[in-house]
Amino acid sequence: MAQHQSGAGSHGHDDSHGSVKSYVIGFILSIVLTIIPLGVVMNHMLSRTSTMVVILAAAVLQFLVQLFFFMHIRESNGPRWNVMTLIFGIVILLTVVGGSVWIMEYNMVAH
Amino acid sequence: MAQAAAHHSHDHDHGHHDPQELKMLGFWIFLVTDVILFSTLFATFVVLRNNTAGGPGGAELFNMTGVIIETFLLLTSSFTSGLAVLAMNKGSMKGLINWLIVTAILGLGFIGFEVYEFVEIVHEGANFGTSAFLSAFFTLVGTHGLHVSLGLVWMIGLMFQLKKRGLTPETKGKVSALSLYWHFLDAVWIFLLTVVYLMGVM
Repeated sequence: MAQHQSGAGSHGHDDSHGSVKSYVIGFILSIVLTIIPLGVVMNHMLSRTSTMVVILAAAVLQFLVQLFFFMHIRESNGPRWNVMTLIFGIVILLTVVGGSVWIMEYNMVAH
Repeated sequence: MAQAAAHHSHDHDHGHHDPQELKMLGFWIFLVTDVILFSTLFATFVVLRNNTAGGPGGAELFNMTGVIIETFLLLTSSFTSGLAVLAMNKGSMKGLINWLIVTAILGLGFIGFEVYEFVEIVHEGANFGTSAFLSAFFTLVGTHGLHVSLGLVWMIGLMFQLKKRGLTPETKGKVSALSLYWHFLDAVWIFLLTVVYLMGVM
């Protein structure tokens, strides 16, 4: 427990706030995860459905890379309120976007 | 531990005894509300993306070279804003300011390309009122651009404050929050690139 108090004077997690290595890994992964969807779309490499799956998966993966390597979501002491609020935000996001698309694209009686 | 408990006699939650950490949580909650704001704009765009009212669609309008340059400018600036925080944690004021300047220049480049892109699209006769697709497009991408612009104003102001006050717990906290904001804007851009541009030219 004594460890917890050591950095509290300045910022709380100074010593754990990532390293050059973690930023470089995150940066390289982000570049790769940007080039893959660009290549797939610009060169028409896959069918429409597969392209959608690949570019959405790459976007979600890159979001996770940024969350872990750049935003350091894991590094907080005590209860992870930041993770909980983020999950809450993502639930609302999926409800709003998914619900709108579902209602407007698939349940339209009069187009 | 007993001392810490005596100091902070909150009857709940022993995790956030550090005021700076509490401020960061508050800032994080602001970012989550921004996620909700963007979710409504994304939903609007996705629903209206094919309603071009006989006007041009994304495939005709988007200049992908510019978009790719914007993507890499913002991605690199997200990385350099992280390096700024690392320099700050090492106590290097010079490193912090230099990386913030690099970040700001990359951010300005991003905004420059985006403004150029908007002007080009409007010159092709596709403005905000041309179609529902374009209204949704300009609102969604413009809101992100406005966030980046405000972030730049904040970044430049913070650099002056750092020069004036030096590295204090307050200014350090502000740099951490700014860096978090900047990473967040890059994360939003990933989804703009995917949903607006890549799906638009598919």
